[in-house]
Amino acid sequence: MSVTFARLEPSIAGVGDYVALLKPRVMSLVVFTALVGLLIAPGHVHPVIALTALLCIAVGAGAAGALNMWYDADIDARMVRTAGRPIPQGRVTPGEAAGFGLTLAVFAVVTLGLLVNWVAASLLAFTILFYVVIYTMWLKRSTPQNIVIGGAAGALPPIIGWAAVTGGVAVEPIVLFLIIFFWTPPHFWALSLYRADDYARAGIPMLPVVAGEAETRRQIVIYTLILAPLGVAPWLMGYAGPLYGIAAVASGAAMIALALRVRAERQGHAASKQMFGFSILYLFLLFAVLLADRLWGELAAQAVSHFAA
Amino acid sequence: MSEGPKPETGIRLTEQQLRARRSRSIAIALALGAFVVVIFLVTLVKLGSNVLTRPM
Repeated sequence: MSVTFARLEPSIAGVGDYVALLKPRVMSLVVFTALVGLLIAPGHVHPVIALTALLCIAVGAGAAGALNMWYDADIDARMVRTAGRPIPQGRVTPGEAAGFGLTLAVFAVVTLGLLVNWVAASLLAFTILFYVVIYTMWLKRSTPQNIVIGGAAGALPPIIGWAAVTGGVAVEPIVLFLIIFFWTPPHFWALSLYRADDYARAGIPMLPVVAGEAETRRQIVIYTLILAPLGVAPWLMGYAGPLYGIAAVASGAAMIALALRVRAERQGHAASKQMFGFSILYLFLLFAVLLADRLWGELAAQAVSHFAA
Repeated sequence: MSEGPKPETGIRLTEQQLRARRSRSIAIALALGAFVVVIFLVTLVKLGSNVLTRPM
């Protein structure tokens, strides 16, 4: 943290700057995975309550993003990828971002607790605290395992979605948690392979900076080999149909093939860039097919009961 | 005895600062309005017709 971003003049920050503080792209993935957790949960929840839960989860994720940008403003200013963010650009002060993030975090957690349930609200509070305190303040600057452990925060939304419906936690959303948890390292390490200079300049101990490219490529393969079978688990455990099973096996095989290409790559970063791009598609595909599979199953069950009656 | 216009003190906002403040104010108003709508709808869903049942 630094005070060099302080400003004495009245703010010129527009709405877009505050939207940028919420990290809308991360937020969209959080909302999507939480939606899947919410829809695969057993039992019924009123659509208004479900939408309220999703809104709170989205705002909570955005609040965590704003608090992350508040604390990381100094390193954001030194990285090409993040130098255009509102605080390094001088449009929002760190204090304004911190106030914005804290207000939204408290509103999101309390609203989720009062209107939906306190298990989901506690999980949301834990997610925000974990992302801001454990990942941003502690791990990110101190260990190459930063994104491995910190990834838990990004993996929790399906569990929050499930808890919003059931008021508890079960093995099904925990498997979804594990899928995102083991997806995060190969995803970010693929990115860090071709952004290593950026991370080194900012003093962030990402794996390629600390352990070198060869070790990073090796670790990408290891995590992908754990991830691919985990991706198939919802089908093997019986809460996703054969359509999901086929999609998970095929896309998991593609992830392993890409990881092996990253491992074999000696010059340039073409395979790493491909792996980074495909990993986003992979996670989206798994959750989208799981969602489609579940909705299709419910529609079929309704049709059968309709004709039987 | 009449007093003349007082000299202006304080900060004069530029056009850009005024525009930015106005857009932020509108966004806050919309967010608060949305929050009220959410509370209203959830109240209807949770209480239903019981919302009219009050001890006299």
